[in-house]
Amino acid sequence: MKQLSTKVTSNAHGQDSSYFLGWEEYEKNPYDEIKNPNGIIQMGLAENQLCFDLIETWLAKNPDAAGLKKDGQSIFKELALFQDYHGLPEFKKALAEFMEEIRGNRVTFDPRKIVLAAGSTSANETLMFCLAEPGDAFLLPTPYYPGFDRDLKWRTGAEIVPIHCSSSNGFQITESALQQAYQQAQKLDLNVKGILVTNPSNPLGTMLTRRELNLLVDFITSKNIHLISDEIYSGTVFGFEQFVSVMDVLKDKKLEDSEVSKRVHVVYSLSKDLGLPGFRVGAIYSNDEMVVSAATKMSSFGLVSSQTQYLLSALLSDKKFTGTYLNENKKRLKIRQRQLVSGLEAAGVTCLKSNAGLFCWVDMRHLLDTNTFEAELELWKKIVYEVKLNISPGSSCHCTEPGWFRVCFANMSEETLDLAMKRLKEYVESTDSNRLISKSSHERIKSLRKRTVSNWVFRVSWTDRVPDER
Amino acid sequence: MGSLIKSGGVSGAILSRIATNDQHGENSEYFDGWKAYDKDPFHLSRNPHGIIQMGLAENQLCLDLIKDWIKENPKASVCTPEGVYQFSDIANFQDYHGLKEFRQAIANFMGKARGGRVTFDPERIVMSGGATGANETIMFCLADPGDVFLVPSPYYAAFDRDLRWRTGVEIVPVHCSSSNNFKLTVEAVEWAYKKAVQSNKNVKGLLFTNPSNPLGTILDKDTLKNLVRFVTRNNIHLVVDEIYAATVFAGENFASVAEVVKDLDSSEVNVDLIHIVYSLSKDMGLPGFRVGIVYSYNDSVVSCARKMSSFGLVSSQTQFMLASMLSDDSFVDNFLMESSKRLGIRHGVFTLGLKKADINCLISTAGLFVWMDLRHLLRVRNSFESEIELWHIIIDKVKLNVSPGSSFQCTEPGWFRVCFANMDDDTLHVALRRIQDFVSKNSNKTAEKASDNDQLIQNNNAKKQKWKQSNLRLSFRRLYEDGLSSPGIMSPHSPLLRT
Repeated sequence: MKQLSTKVTSNAHGQDSSYFLGWEEYEKNPYDEIKNPNGIIQMGLAENQLCFDLIETWLAKNPDAAGLKKDGQSIFKELALFQDYHGLPEFKKALAEFMEEIRGNRVTFDPRKIVLAAGSTSANETLMFCLAEPGDAFLLPTPYYPGFDRDLKWRTGAEIVPIHCSSSNGFQITESALQQAYQQAQKLDLNVKGILVTNPSNPLGTMLTRRELNLLVDFITSKNIHLISDEIYSGTVFGFEQFVSVMDVLKDKKLEDSEVSKRVHVVYSLSKDLGLPGFRVGAIYSNDEMVVSAATKMSSFGLVSSQTQYLLSALLSDKKFTGTYLNENKKRLKIRQRQLVSGLEAAGVTCLKSNAGLFCWVDMRHLLDTNTFEAELELWKKIVYEVKLNISPGSSCHCTEPGWFRVCFANMSEETLDLAMKRLKEYVESTDSNRLISKSSHERIKSLRKRTVSNWVFRVSWTDRVPDER
Repeated sequence: MGSLIKSGGVSGAILSRIATNDQHGENSEYFDGWKAYDKDPFHLSRNPHGIIQMGLAENQLCLDLIKDWIKENPKASVCTPEGVYQFSDIANFQDYHGLKEFRQAIANFMGKARGGRVTFDPERIVMSGGATGANETIMFCLADPGDVFLVPSPYYAAFDRDLRWRTGVEIVPVHCSSSNNFKLTVEAVEWAYKKAVQSNKNVKGLLFTNPSNPLGTILDKDTLKNLVRFVTRNNIHLVVDEIYAATVFAGENFASVAEVVKDLDSSEVNVDLIHIVYSLSKDMGLPGFRVGIVYSYNDSVVSCARKMSSFGLVSSQTQFMLASMLSDDSFVDNFLMESSKRLGIRHGVFTLGLKKADINCLISTAGLFVWMDLRHLLRVRNSFESEIELWHIIIDKVKLNVSPGSSFQCTEPGWFRVCFANMDDDTLHVALRRIQDFVSKNSNKTAEKASDNDQLIQNNNAKKQKWKQSNLRLSFRRLYEDGLSSPGIMSPHSPLLRT
């Protein structure tokens, strides 16, 4: 008799693939300005480290929240004992208002429809448990966050069927791609339960256009399926355009109290906007009472620590703070992104025009020896070992076109980013000259191996020691 | 699933079975007690006639010690001026291995809670969303849908949710009875195992809570050894939920399965089959902080559980604070000693008070509750209906929320779990007085009538006892006939969360 469950022995958690190289190398040789200036710079980690000072300043001015006190009185005991899966009411209220503020107060969020979870990792999995079961599938536009393979499929038994997006139109979702994905699922004998999008997108850093959002809402209406919009990066929009949430679209289409609105669910987290991934604060927002009810019960498996809820309820209730923070965050992200983009340009590398997120979707197709994922892997290894930058290859995000890489910019200092760009420039310049010399001989060899390896072979590259990253 | 659904037309948008079934167990009638309590919660000064909550297995006896420590150690918080320099590093830390200092501190605490008789390896400590998350995770690691775990009854009501709901695992109870004080025996487990196997069930393991919830008893070391030998012989897993490990009353002995693993020869124990679930919710009284631990001697399970811990990591803010607190040896030593002492005293006061009302409890040496024997008060012996009726009387007339044995899958009606550590001394005394008053009031009323008929009874102590009891039953019968509240709709809160 098999001793452990199939979940232990399967690799559906996605952390087994050969792509652990980058992470392992980084761990062995992490860059440090002073202690290890030749080490590998971590650019594969979508963290927001730009605004901690704002939070620290707030903490200094708010000793009560910091000291588990309310109006000067200790509420330690109440917090220590508080395990109600409905969550701290003040926290849910503050969170709802924060979400509204991010959307320019154009839409409202009812705190009673919020379900707290241990990070959006848990929120997404919980939603899957509520909406899908083995034999069901969710459609996801590619490229997508590698962690979805684990979060949506591993323990739930649900499947992901990709909606192929291409660089020809900036990776936007088209109707034909949607229809194709839907049909593909049916061919695979899977029951499509819904679509999941990340908006703003990881790894693209772009926001879904109104056209795409309308398309999605129309599609789920006609097929009677769900739409999950993971808006974890909603507060990282730094462009001139406003962030348009699926909630905006429902409002504009006057569908707010409709049956369709019950099938639209939003996932949120404070890990990216506030840069607090360690505190494990995720949320599900749903207009469907049954989903809220079931998800609330499931949240027992991953509640938010009460001391964290209390601290954040105070932080997010301070409107002066939230207003200032959201503005500053945007400003700093924009500056940093510009720095990355111009650094890349100086190296002759372009990226997808983006206005959100903590990363850029970088086009290195011209640096590939051949238009294959094998070549992408080769290039990636070079970037890790020789250029000493850990970035994420597009195939790990299930991109259908080789040559794209996600490069993060908000998890390091300006100086480190500068250095990273310098290294890249040097590499590109040296490669250019080499390429001209050996191009012909290379082509002969590569033409023998011109075969695009299927996407599913390339899973996310994480070692056992790697932090939970997006 | 059927072609209806595949057409995408009719049921494309329906929710999963898990979301719509009852397997979370929260629709049962046991919520009446909670509902009544929520409507009319006791407060010493503000609502002295309200219902006293005795259905909540919380440990509120030593929070003062923790509060003082936090006050004296501002550096342990990343939010205070003394600790804020660590804020960004900690707020950013989401590695599912957990803070090294946190794991070391937990290992240290777990060892001390077991009298220093065993040590725990920090590398095997895996985080989870409370013991709730730990139990579910271990099921996901050890079993597939349809597989079976044997669980001795009576057992913690929420196991039905935690072990089964999303995992698809089945529970087959190993019924324990009062005939031997509900002690778990190897024979009983063997019998249940054989029976399950014969019915073609795929038994993956045995899981139990030790010290026991709801019994408060501790399994003796010899039986524990034999159970370890049993699972090894049959190549099935053993999961011991030791969430109440440090609630052992002063002076009593608790043998952790970790000790047994250490003592036994490798030929007698296959350590790959042994797993411990732990949490700080009961021992430290911190359920709000969501600190659950999966500790396995099986490397594959540690690895898998660690990946799954992404779904329920401990907040780094909490990890950081506890890393500091639990590595303070003088704090830990004092805390464990004080906690043991206070729980033992509270237990003594409570059981003595119950005896005055002629109410006995199962002899127990741990836990935050007693297993109260009210079989003699059932209107109809051996009837679960009577148990529920009695329970409603206790809620409505005695004004205490307690937990009926049937909610723990107990096979004998008449037992109730009553918590004693989630209130202050004054409240406990009010509860005891209410019980005593109720018992004596109903005995006296009937006494006035009986004295005209039978004067002999009043002179004989032993007979008096019996008479009191039978009249108690009569008085309850009167209450039954007075009409009781019938089960209504459930409370919005989850008592399963709080048991």
